[in-house]
Amino acid sequence: MQLTNRAKPVDRSPMTFLESLYLWNIIKGMGITISHLFKRKATIQYPEEKRTFSKVFRGLHVLNRDSDGRENCTACGLCAVACPAEAITMEAAERQPGEEHLYREEKYAARYEINMLRCIFCGLCEEACPKDAIYLSQTFAPANYGRKGFIYKKEDLLIPHPLKEMEAYKKAVGDRAGNQ
Amino acid sequence: MAEEKKLFKVTIDNITIDVEPGTTILHAARAIGGDVTPPAMCYYSKLKGSGGKCRTCLVEVAAGSAADPRPMPKLVASCRTTVMDGMVVKNITSERVQDARAGVVEFLLLNHPLDCPICDQAGECHLQDLSYEHGKEGTRYEFKRRTFEKEDIGPYIQLHMTRCILCYRCTYVADQLTDQRVHGVLDRGDHAEISTYISKAIDNDFSGNMIDVCPVGALTDKTFRFKNRVWFTKPVEAHRDCDKCCGKVTLWQRGDEVLRVTARKDEWGEVQSYEGQPGWICNTCRFDKKKTSDWVIEGPANVSRHSVISQGHYTGLKKPREIMPEVMGGRAPKLLMDIHDVSDVNSVDISALPGPATSETFKKKEL
Repeated sequence: MQLTNRAKPVDRSPMTFLESLYLWNIIKGMGITISHLFKRKATIQYPEEKRTFSKVFRGLHVLNRDSDGRENCTACGLCAVACPAEAITMEAAERQPGEEHLYREEKYAARYEINMLRCIFCGLCEEACPKDAIYLSQTFAPANYGRKGFIYKKEDLLIPHPLKEMEAYKKAVGDRAGNQ
Repeated sequence: MAEEKKLFKVTIDNITIDVEPGTTILHAARAIGGDVTPPAMCYYSKLKGSGGKCRTCLVEVAAGSAADPRPMPKLVASCRTTVMDGMVVKNITSERVQDARAGVVEFLLLNHPLDCPICDQAGECHLQDLSYEHGKEGTRYEFKRRTFEKEDIGPYIQLHMTRCILCYRCTYVADQLTDQRVHGVLDRGDHAEISTYISKAIDNDFSGNMIDVCPVGALTDKTFRFKNRVWFTKPVEAHRDCDKCCGKVTLWQRGDEVLRVTARKDEWGEVQSYEGQPGWICNTCRFDKKKTSDWVIEGPANVSRHSVISQGHYTGLKKPREIMPEVMGGRAPKLLMDIHDVSDVNSVDISALPGPATSETFKKKEL
């Protein structure tokens, strides 16, 4: 059965003397190698040099704060129910009088964990969030020596305080699409 | 021979059914079932005198009766209008009804805070269902919504007046199930609110049923407050011998913890009836029996597969056979990491708390 017309029969005739020196083939191969020296490199020197990600890159999760530094998350559970990998768990608590500067709404996530071993970075949590509380940033989860390091708790996910740690906050926000 | 009762023939959305005289249009539609049934926010068949307030059940009567086939000029509230022989009713086939219902939803949502992400009722809220089906995407309301401080009605019930749609069901519960009503509707018109005078405690044995009848999240169970989202809990039917009530309940569990106890609901979102008696449950069953050992478990509750509550697929669940120990000669597989060693979640027994968790709850653990 013939699938295409490009099939070539293998040439099995014995090599001539010139051919058996392989000189031409070596030169041809070296030519390809040397031409690559002058082409653009496909790799980068990673820790010193970093690639820029697309604006819609879905990387490590960040729990957002509003402009006063209060946590946006209300532990509504929509991210957890949307998560196809079941990576998100949380526990809610009630805001007490005097905690208004910490949490934006009456209820907040006292515990919030993302299992980065399970997460597939699909971004459905971001889509589901009604409070703009979780978004996927333009970095990825760094390598770690143990699996325990991949259970990200609320402290690891929360964005720096926009008023108290302005530098770190600006860096964390980055050039996220639609951000100020 | 007993005198044969004359049955009335009613046609609702081109489906004809015979019902007894004196039946309301809503009940006739419920007898047909399915999409034909108008939604009801204030009407509750187990509470006498309820209905006629929210106007979500409006239907069009295309022909009043066989004797007088003129149509009714205005849309009528189906929960309060009784059928006549030969009546022709249009519900989902009428554009006027659909339009009116969208308007009613808009009115109900005028002052509603739409704080569903916080609200414990989300997932089983009738107003949520109604606005999904009939509501518009945006609001045209530009004024300040009325707000209230949250209030405690007794030690177990939390009142969020901002969410209330003034259906009056809870006041009927207090009137008809308990011997003394201490809460009611204060003020009039736009200022009307459900309250007790000076937050007077309700300590009646059946007061908890007002949580079940509340179609929105205005009255919620304080012992369940913020403990979990409804769709992450597992509804299980259970019963116990109770000298005060029927003792037949739905337990809302997480693992083996009982997070919440409610009465069983029928397909209309109302409390189920047993031998003609509505299955109200007492406060002891609802608020104090929060251990699995207090109950005899019958099996998973039947939840519509369209409900978000059924997302856990707990009915017909089969636990997969643990094959590793068999293959490995009795040895358990070596876990590279046990999530329970690392995770902070579940380290506090939330079901044992009398109220919502606070920052204190979690601080104690960390010491």
